[in-house]
Amino acid sequence: MLEAKHISKQFGGVKALTDVNLKLYPGKVNAIIGENGAGKSTLMKIFSGVHTEYGGEILLNEKNVCFAGTKDAEAAGIAIIHQELNLVPYLTITENIFLGSELVNHWGLLDKKQMQDKTRQLLKKLNLGIHPDTKIASLKVGQQQLVEIAKALHIQADVIIMDEPTSAISDKEADNLFSIIAQLKAEGKTIAYISHKLKELFAVADKYVILRDGQTVDAGDMKSVSQDELIHKMTGRQLGFEKSGRTINEAPVLLSVKNLCLRHWLLRFTNVLNNISFDLHKGEILGVYGLMGAGRTEMLETIFGLHPKNGSGTIIVNDQDIKIKSPAGAIVAGIALVPEDRKLHGLILNQTVKSNISITVLKQLERWRFLLSSGKEKELSKNYINQLGIKTASDMAAAKSLSGGNQQKIVLAKWMATHPQVLLLDEPTRGVDINAKAEIYKLMKSMAARGIGIVMVSSELPEILAVSDRVLVMCEGKLTANIAIEEATEAGILKYALHKTETIA
Amino acid sequence: MSQNKIDIKKFQSLIALLLLCIVLGLMTDKFFTAENGLNVLRQVAVNICIATGMTLIVLTAGIDLSVGSVLALCGAVTAGLFKNGLEFPSSDLFVGFTMLGAILAGLLLGALIGWINGFSITKFNVPPFVATLAMLTIARGFTMLYTKGHPISNLGKDFANIGSGTFIEIPVPVWLAIVVVIIAVVVTQKTRLGRYIYAIGGNEQAAKLSGINIKKVKLIVYSLAGSLAALGGIIVTARLDSAQPNAGISYELDAIAAVVIGGTSLSGGKGSVRGTVLGAIIIGVLNNGLVLLNVSPFWQQVVKGAVILLAVIIDKLGEKKE
Repeated sequence: MLEAKHISKQFGGVKALTDVNLKLYPGKVNAIIGENGAGKSTLMKIFSGVHTEYGGEILLNEKNVCFAGTKDAEAAGIAIIHQELNLVPYLTITENIFLGSELVNHWGLLDKKQMQDKTRQLLKKLNLGIHPDTKIASLKVGQQQLVEIAKALHIQADVIIMDEPTSAISDKEADNLFSIIAQLKAEGKTIAYISHKLKELFAVADKYVILRDGQTVDAGDMKSVSQDELIHKMTGRQLGFEKSGRTINEAPVLLSVKNLCLRHWLLRFTNVLNNISFDLHKGEILGVYGLMGAGRTEMLETIFGLHPKNGSGTIIVNDQDIKIKSPAGAIVAGIALVPEDRKLHGLILNQTVKSNISITVLKQLERWRFLLSSGKEKELSKNYINQLGIKTASDMAAAKSLSGGNQQKIVLAKWMATHPQVLLLDEPTRGVDINAKAEIYKLMKSMAARGIGIVMVSSELPEILAVSDRVLVMCEGKLTANIAIEEATEAGILKYALHKTETIA
Repeated sequence: MSQNKIDIKKFQSLIALLLLCIVLGLMTDKFFTAENGLNVLRQVAVNICIATGMTLIVLTAGIDLSVGSVLALCGAVTAGLFKNGLEFPSSDLFVGFTMLGAILAGLLLGALIGWINGFSITKFNVPPFVATLAMLTIARGFTMLYTKGHPISNLGKDFANIGSGTFIEIPVPVWLAIVVVIIAVVVTQKTRLGRYIYAIGGNEQAAKLSGINIKKVKLIVYSLAGSLAALGGIIVTARLDSAQPNAGISYELDAIAAVVIGGTSLSGGKGSVRGTVLGAIIIGVLNNGLVLLNVSPFWQQVVKGAVILLAVIIDKLGEKKE
């Protein structure tokens, strides 16, 4: 049995886990349930030795354990299978399973024969009829996952943690996975199973633990709980903000998206987005909620012209059907995108605040269509630094020297400078402190008041409820709900984000 | 305080150059003469042209290994067109070239080769290192084909003047290098293109999301570098009054060295043309000083390599402190 007692963990000043207590039982599938950011992954990383500094203690079979690293955790019999699989694509199954623990013969050379035999046995146990010398790259995702499980069995793990194991595999592969899980269960292994798919959890799990905001809120038997109860327990929290409660429906339609589809970049017959259609009105803030992998970011990217080859569908701005093939085209059409990861996609960290703000509108700062006017540029950046209250030593400071909230404001500023009609925001307040958050909300509302249409993707339900005029919910690449803010509740939204229900028109 | 630090970093290579000059001045009599100064400048003019183009590319986090071969090919083609014109044996057509025409054709050819580099990099995602390494061989091969392995010589006094003439006491190649540098400084510091170059090197993803046409900028940059290599080829050819099929071998290394010593980061987004000019002059002064000090050519190579290494180490140490 694996037990966590009073576990807490902080990142910088942010509490990820507070006094978490739970037990994972052997011979059972233990479901770990919670919204994005509830602390599931952090907890699993502590169990598997990725995070080594935390408060509280972990008991493995009633003995206190403290892992110095993942190797330690593996030696103690805990294996984790990450959502993003951790295999070397151009090595064979055998080489991957024995990576770091290769067997050698008495000459000091690799004992390929013995490793292959052992791999064959493991694969047989998992009903995977593939030659052990097959390269990982040529396997399907479902098969790769089984190789990960084979790896776990190879190190004789007693505790196997699976993080969203069915997020990238077909139903058939999932069925196979479930039968293997049943087999492992029968052997007395402890399975920790993280998933957003409630239906699946009812089919496969025996026990559940619910995390919310870094705390354990409930635990018990799957049999004695209903879906609605689970959803209620995942969300039942006090609202931190007032609902916005405006109605905009009378305003003219600004952006109309019809049948937006996006093909998977590798798997040609899989769609990341399926026939997404919605309208955005002038001055409206449209909240988009969905769990990890629902396709929210991809939807914004496709509208913004980042997937010209794999994306399809109609985008109408101000009654004009426009073909957006690149971000430049989107900008011309009056669309702006504030990306999810500002460090990776939003900013040029080494460059100054000034040149980060002006990058989108340099053309307007040219004299004689040729030379940049440093005066105009300075004026522009000063203007936005003041308007948004960006706290920086000067406009010549490097963007990386600013705090997260102020960096986010730079990204907002560079897009406000283009005077967009449609503003797409992807997690606009991620990693931003509470004050900056409030300022960003205020800014969004004032832009909406000026007639700009805003689409805001967020993982935080309170945020969605606080700023949206209408809420779209996505699940597995489909739009599953379109809810007016008056009717929106956390539980209601989450229900649509979790369920595979009929697609709305 | 932090302002001071930035200033020191900015003038790092200038200080190094001054120290080098003082030391050489104390150690030799000939170093601080006008004649020697002009001599050094004339020698570094070609490298400055090539290295300026290289700087633009390195700022986008790319590299161009083909410049030495492009220099040879464009020098040879310019000389060949000027001297022999263009013959189409199948249709009895002959096109003669004036000097200016031949030079323009050479520069255009350089731009075209650079464009092809840029095309394989942007269209087919070939890493710049590989694309331009291939072009290094291809362009050298074409040089051999075009010249049939023989130099093209005796191009006339006017043409030779581009390499060895002077204008107001200053060698023509130095004037050309000055013009190139001024244009490049204006482009990098004062135009949209320059900003885009820095933005792409600083964070290509963010640049793309800001609506910058990455492919177009890269094509322009590689074409510019190609035509600057061609200009170098024309100068080299004029100075020798002869286009040598073996011209420009390993010039790419000198150009990259100048860029690196000048403080431009090979990972892109950081650096300047100004720094590269200083880098090229430092290499030139070092070469000159070692010759004046009668250091053996073998040791000269060792010293040059050590200086490159030292320059980058100092740069990295400075970064860590930040």
